[in-house]
Amino acid sequence: MSNLAVSRRDFLKTGVAGSAALVVGFYWPDGSAAQQQEVPRPNPFNAWIRIDQAGRVTLVLAKSEMGQGVMTALPMILAEELEVDWSAVHVEQALTKPEWYGDQGTGGSSSVRTSWLPLRRAGAAAREMLIAAAAETWEVGKDTCYAEKGAVIHGPRKRSLSYGELVEKASKLPVPDFTKVTLKNPDSFHIVGKASPRIEAGAKVDGSAIFGLDVRVPGMLYAVVARCPTFGGKVVRYDAARAKAISGVRHVVEIEAVGPGTHTAGGVAVVADTTALALQGRRALEIEWDHGPHANESSESLRQQFEALTQKPGKAIRSDGDADAALAGATKKTEAVYELPFLAHATMEPMNCTVDVRADRAEVWAPAQGPNWVRDMVARIAGLPPKSVEVHTTLMGGGFGRRYQSDFAVEAAQISKAVGKPIQVVWTREDDMQHDFYRPASFHRLSATLDPGGKPLAWKHRVSSTSIRVFWDPPDRVKPEQSEVGGSSQMPYAIPNVRVEYAPADSGVPRAWWRSVEHSIGAFVVESFLDELAAAAGADPVEFRLGLLAEPRKIPNLLWPNDKPLETERLKGVLQLATEKAAWGKPLARGRARWAACHYSFNTYVAQVAEVSVGKGGSVRIHRVVCAVDCGRVINPGGVKAQMESGIVYGLTAALKGAITIEKGAAQQSNFHDYPMLRMNEMPVIEVHLVASQEAPTGVGEPGTPPIAPAVTNAIFAATRKRIRRLPIRAEDLA
Amino acid sequence: MAPINFQVNGKQRSVDVSPDTPLLWVLRDTLGLTGTKFGCGMSLCGSCTVHLDGEAIRSCVTPVSAVAGKRVTTIEGLSADRSHPLQQAWIAEDVPQCGYCQSGQIMAAAALLVKRPKPSDAEIDEAMSGSLCRCGAYQRIRRAIHRAAASTKPAPPRSTPKATGGAR
Repeated sequence: MSNLAVSRRDFLKTGVAGSAALVVGFYWPDGSAAQQQEVPRPNPFNAWIRIDQAGRVTLVLAKSEMGQGVMTALPMILAEELEVDWSAVHVEQALTKPEWYGDQGTGGSSSVRTSWLPLRRAGAAAREMLIAAAAETWEVGKDTCYAEKGAVIHGPRKRSLSYGELVEKASKLPVPDFTKVTLKNPDSFHIVGKASPRIEAGAKVDGSAIFGLDVRVPGMLYAVVARCPTFGGKVVRYDAARAKAISGVRHVVEIEAVGPGTHTAGGVAVVADTTALALQGRRALEIEWDHGPHANESSESLRQQFEALTQKPGKAIRSDGDADAALAGATKKTEAVYELPFLAHATMEPMNCTVDVRADRAEVWAPAQGPNWVRDMVARIAGLPPKSVEVHTTLMGGGFGRRYQSDFAVEAAQISKAVGKPIQVVWTREDDMQHDFYRPASFHRLSATLDPGGKPLAWKHRVSSTSIRVFWDPPDRVKPEQSEVGGSSQMPYAIPNVRVEYAPADSGVPRAWWRSVEHSIGAFVVESFLDELAAAAGADPVEFRLGLLAEPRKIPNLLWPNDKPLETERLKGVLQLATEKAAWGKPLARGRARWAACHYSFNTYVAQVAEVSVGKGGSVRIHRVVCAVDCGRVINPGGVKAQMESGIVYGLTAALKGAITIEKGAAQQSNFHDYPMLRMNEMPVIEVHLVASQEAPTGVGEPGTPPIAPAVTNAIFAATRKRIRRLPIRAEDLA
Repeated sequence: MAPINFQVNGKQRSVDVSPDTPLLWVLRDTLGLTGTKFGCGMSLCGSCTVHLDGEAIRSCVTPVSAVAGKRVTTIEGLSADRSHPLQQAWIAEDVPQCGYCQSGQIMAAAALLVKRPKPSDAEIDEAMSGSLCRCGAYQRIRRAIHRAAASTKPAPPRSTPKATGGAR
């Protein structure tokens, strides 16, 4: 297995053949098909596959590895169709090269589902080229030959040629039409579907894996930036004399805030021989700030806006039947308000980037989910055409959406350009937590009523939040609800009258995509409020859900109409599997309660059963989580299980601990003491069960996160009869 | 400033830096040992864990002056070839996801196994709860520690270089 490092690719020097494009769906980070994008179709021996004379196979990864396992799963797909020995495959990170790879952006739990067909076709095309080369050598018909374990075999005479012997000839043959290559019958898969250990695991246990912060370039200097703590604030004046007096501090430069397309804070950069000296220099700066237009914003002022905005009708997102009329005629209603805070991504590796801007070119080493975006932004800062910017994607110490941004690269490019040296910008934990693009804060006003039989008759859900799209998109093109109400408006239960409305609140707090985006919000609110209705009906919560999912229906995604509709049968399937594996209905140890929740996101169905206890003083302990997932065909079962475990822990941290609060226009939390994470001693036992499926593969990086908060809070209700309507769970709400 | 001398992974090193410089940055920026990670700078996350004379410490809050004349072991020095039982167990249990915290996790676990060759779950909780993993690999970390404990010979003497992750 390969030892991964930042490495340049050295492909066979054959020409790029075949320029016809194939069309696949492109997914935005929030996971919905936004547009159809032309993806190029290069010679697979240039773009994807390197085989040397000795037969050593290197497969190329054109997505970013941030822990989610694409460095293993995507090459598995390629290796399967190519017919090589998986245990001998090496993997190398691609440079950023849109003419070969299209968009290399890695987010929206999209890598496997969007690469599945293109990578199978590339692997199959290469296999067919190798077979054609062998047939030509032997002067026999192609149909008498087949590929197996890195060699082509001539069936009738049992002779074989290795890929290493064939590759030079094969790579010069015409590239077949990708849409007409013969894909393997899934029944004969021997790599896809078998659990494979992470391919770069070795490098991650001996310190040799190269993350963004580990990049070392000759002549590079380290930089830290003093940014205005207030969002949107800027430098009025600064005095760098004390900083410059420190031996080893080389430069102090002011960098401007860059707005649309990246949203950097700007500030004063201290450039030094080491990170420690740069930090020392920053502490010695004296800066006067203009705190800007958002200096009075606070969590409380935002809450007042939310309260007011949800008192009146918002923009209708979903309207089935007439929920207002049904509620007006109801004698008994269930009403509630739910609140969720801003959240920081808190990747273990703080933001950073290394950039070398020269007069005629630039080189970038970026732990980036969006390397194409990084390339374009660095080009803009450097005043170079994008093709003159080479971006090396490094391993990254977590992404979770944060590294889809380009702000860290823009800062490094600005400083490198100013001082004429390669620069590594290092963010401290405080920088990272106080200048994140946060998961939006949101507020939900709900009312519902039951029919005389105890079934929900009407469901009304008003949402207000600090819209991601309003922050990022040009005002003339913005759809504020686009990344806010996906989870809320695809409410899956059979209710004849449904209305979902949305109103954006005004805020200067930067926000963007956080693992599972709006689904972390929608799942909590929908699954909690549905549970309130089950309680009002006096029903078992699982029976109640199964009844409302009983009729097979397809529920469209109203915000992304091209996205796959939710199929109630598959949601019902995971709920049944999870509850069966959790022995639903069997008695638990004294003081414990279990409850369930399910959610559909990124085309994947997940149900989770949480077993909890609540101690005196409101301390919550999660003992066990049973998770069932239907993500279509599973590429790497080990990877899917790891992603579910990870998604659950990420969601548990948010449910139990996570809140970024705003005071005077700034984030109040700064490090892990006031923005804590789940730790080893709080870890529940997690079991993951996979649904066997022949459907096309769907996302797994994010869908494990949304259901866990409502599974836990519903279980808390079962244990205490106390309903948690705001996150994180607070002891005072359980007193 | 007088140079500060100490041993890193068995080699004598001399650095000419301010004595209050955190050991973490000396390892990473001055000595080029980037396996030890920066996570918080406040001893809150454990990513920077190394051994000082066999004890797990947080290098982000340890001034380099405090290690003068002592023996530091980093992840690079735990074994020459990923052969330490914990490294083997980490691979066998497919522990790492992003992998960023794992150097610190493994160094914390290595110090634990020296003191408690067969740790209980409670002892693992106590030794490992200072090490954050944002990918949530705790369940696998626990399994890997038990696996490594089961694979090693009982109670290695404290001075054994391999078990302490000591110099070689």
